[in-house]
Formats: sequence, structure tokens, C-alpha cells
Amino acid sequence: MAETTVEKTAPRESGAARAAWRSRTGTRRSTRTLRLYTSVVLTGVTVLAVLVVPPLVQLDQQAVDLAAKLRPPSAAHPFGTDDVGRDLLLRCVYGLRVSLLVGVAAALTATVVGTAVGATAGALGGWVDRAVMRVVDAFSSVPHLLLGVFIVAMFRPGVWPVVASVALTHWLSTARIVRAEVLSLRARPYVDAAVSGGASRWRVAVRHLLPGVLPQAALAAVLMVPHAMWHESALSFLGLGLPTHMASLGNLIQSARGSLLAGQWWPTLFPGLFIIVPTLAVAGLAGVWRERINPRRRSELML
Amino acid sequence: MLDLRAVTAGYPGHPPVFRDVSLTVAPGESAGLLGPSGCGKSTLARVAALLHRPDAGTLHLDGERIRHWRHRAPRAQRTAFGVVFQQPRLSADPRLTLADLVAEPLRATGDREHLGERVAALAARVGLTGDLLSRRPHEVSDGQLQRACLARALVLRPRWLVCDEMTAMLDASTTAALVGVVEEYRAETGAGLLAVGHDRVLLDRWCDRTVEWSSLITPAAQAPAR
Repeated sequence: MAETTVEKTAPRESGAARAAWRSRTGTRRSTRTLRLYTSVVLTGVTVLAVLVVPPLVQLDQQAVDLAAKLRPPSAAHPFGTDDVGRDLLLRCVYGLRVSLLVGVAAALTATVVGTAVGATAGALGGWVDRAVMRVVDAFSSVPHLLLGVFIVAMFRPGVWPVVASVALTHWLSTARIVRAEVLSLRARPYVDAAVSGGASRWRVAVRHLLPGVLPQAALAAVLMVPHAMWHESALSFLGLGLPTHMASLGNLIQSARGSLLAGQWWPTLFPGLFIIVPTLAVAGLAGVWRERINPRRRSELML
Repeated sequence: MLDLRAVTAGYPGHPPVFRDVSLTVAPGESAGLLGPSGCGKSTLARVAALLHRPDAGTLHLDGERIRHWRHRAPRAQRTAFGVVFQQPRLSADPRLTLADLVAEPLRATGDREHLGERVAALAARVGLTGDLLSRRPHEVSDGQLQRACLARALVLRPRWLVCDEMTAMLDASTTAALVGVVEEYRAETGAGLLAVGHDRVLLDRWCDRTVEWSSLITPAAQAPAR
């Protein structure tokens, strides 16, 4: 009925109205694809820069040139130089490399731990569920950063203590998400059918419950990567994360604080942008993905 | 003998759905259970199929008292029941193809011998033809999915069948076909049947004996003692 009406009135409509109608849908679609393409391109550039630049560009990121210290951005040094004359572009790429490595490793660890804990709690239910979730609550009542600082302080500075610290403070949200999904899946009749068909607890969890929560867990993992990067930067900025000689985005910003007060903006701005741009790119990608896997519940997983 | 005595069952956080209900199904007998919606007949069927632990009462299966339900029940007891649920959409894992759906109980019990042939034979029996077996639940109709669910219930050759409103959302021809398959299986193996539904005409024609939900409640429980 509606279709026939549209067809009848369409030729009589003025050209402008039709154009407006078209352009409205056009822009709506194009913002979504624009967001997708921008995110893909930015993420791709970030990953490529991190993977390709260090082997291809045979320059020493630690090369000190005191004669050229604190130069503003120029053709020779596109991002300028820091207070001992090191090239900031190269330092930023190496810093991003370390930060991304920490981010991805920590996010993967946190997701695996969170999924295992959440799935166990949800699949077993009863007092196991209650006990595990109270432990999760107890963990999350301590501020993330404080707990992270505590864990890092127990080890010698390096990459892996930071990964452990970020991972051990971030599995909680994943565990909650996975547990909630598993609980909702567990009440479905197909789990009853599997029980009646002789499936063990393990088989029900692995065959029927985990595949159902995997998209959610993977989305949580992707959103965790920028979160973990920020956390690593915060720890490094506080001087507790990676050793100071290692270029990480947090270290770069921390060591450039002094020159910022003297009016040199470039040593802090560029590392800061290197944190923000990948974060936004990943958030955009995750947003598109979230709408794909679950169009109805958009507000559930946010960065 | 499937013997439920003075069963009280419900869900956590709510008052029991029913109290002191007794029902006996003899081996090889087909019993139909009629009742209004929401009275607890599905819950009773779940208790009987070892899928829901009752709050009180006893269940004897072939003279043996059942003490554990769901995963705690021994596998041999659980697989003695073939269960078909009311809504095929919800009772089929959306990620499995129909062939995997039917073969799942065989895989779960480690009985993988001639798996493909047995699934194919059973599929032909319930009327799943052509490429239907390679499709996923969202690619088939409710009737076709319920056929697969019936095949899944029969694949372990259970001694008891519990059909919880199996045909509630199906058309007459599919209903007739599914009931025909169930009866053929029972004639072959002598399995007992507990069919739950609210369609009196169907249950009267299908089952040896049809019982009303109201007649199951033990008279003591009906007294206004509470």
C-alpha cells in the first residue's frame, strides 16, 4: 500500500523535495561509511607505521644531537626535536610501538582471564557465581590506577610488569559482560536440550555458551586496547611504568613537561596526538562493529 | 514406570508453581497432560525429564528413586529421556547446522560410530530432505526446525519421550507428520510418552490416556489449609 502511494506521488513531487529526501539518506549513510573508512585508514596507518618504520628506516631513535636541541617542526625534523636533540617523529613511532604492544598484550590477557572467569561463574551458577562475582566486586572497588601502581611497584621496571599490571586491573569488566551473557544464554531451552542429550557441563560451556559470547568478548578486547594504552601512558607518566630510556608515549610526555612551560609545545603535542588518534580510530571501528553484532543495544559497551 | 509423587516445584524467588502433584506413566503407555496455560504443566514435564529439580516430592524412574537433576544426574538417566520443546527457535542452538543439531547428542555421549548414516536415516524418517540438513536454524521454517528437534530427541533411542507442547505452533499436516513419527518410534521400541498440551482433540486421539491437570493435584493440597 505504502509503496504504491509513493510510486503515484513520486512524479508529481518537485525536484527539490526529492533531492532533499535523497540527500538526507545519502548523508546518513555517508557519515557511517565515512566513520568506518576513517577509522580503518587511521588504524591501518598506525599499525603500518609501527610495523614497517623501524625495520625500514635505519635511523637511531636514541641519536643525541645537542646542537639541534628543541628545534620546532621543520623539514628535517617534521615533529621537531626534544631537549637533547632526538628526532621526535622517530621517537613517537617507537613510543607508539611500545605502547601498542603493551596495549594489545594487556588487552588479550585481560580478555582471556575475564572470559574464563566470567564463563566459569555464569556456567556454574549458584554459590560459585556469587563467590566469584564478590571477588570481582572487591577488585573493582580499588581504583584501577592505584591497583596498577601497586602491582608495577612489586617488579623491576619493564614491559611485562606493565602488561601484567594493566591486564590484572582490566579483566573485571570483561568478566562481568561475559558472565551476564552466559547467564542469559544458560536459560535458553537449547541448553536444556543439550543436558538431556547427555552433554557434560564442559561441553555445554564450550559448545553452546562460549561461541555465543565470543563476539561480545572480542568487542570488549578491541575496546580494551586503547584503554590499556592510556593506562600504560599514565603509569609511564608517573614514572612507574617503562624505564625512562625506553621511548613510550607516556615517557615522552613526562620528559617534555619542563619544556612545555618554556613555550615549546611540540614535544608534548605530538606524543599526545599519537595516543588520541589511535584511540579514536579504534573506538570508531568498535562502534561500527557493535552496531553490526547488536543493533538494538547500542549503549552497552562504551570506551 | 515413571512415577512422580507429591511433587512441588517452582523457580527461585517465587512461590511454587504447583504443590503436591502426582502422575504415573506406565512403560510403553502414552499419557497426555491437559491444562490451562501457566498452570505448571511444562514445569512438571521438565521435572519428569530431569531438567528441573523439584522443591519437594519424589520421582521414581523404573523403580529407582531419582536423587539428582540436570548435570548431577547420571548421563544414562538423562539420556533415557528424549525431550521436544514447545518453541523450536529457542531450543535449537543458532550456530549449529541441522545435521550438527541432530548429531549433537551422539557426539556428546561419545557415540560416533556411523554417525553420518544414522543422522541421515533419522532425518529421512522425520522428513528432512534435500539440503535442509546443511542449513542453519534461521534458514528453515518452524516446522522443519521442529522436525530436526524431534530427530535430536530420538537419536539416542530414549526409553521415554517428553513432548512439551511439541505441536503448539505447527500446522495440521506437520502436526500429523510429527505425531506419526513419534508413534512409529514408540511402536518400534515400546517407549513411554508424556505429551503435554492444551489441545484436547489432539491428545485424545494421540494418547492412550488423557489426564486433566486439575485431577493430578492431591486432594490434601486442595484443602484450604494454607
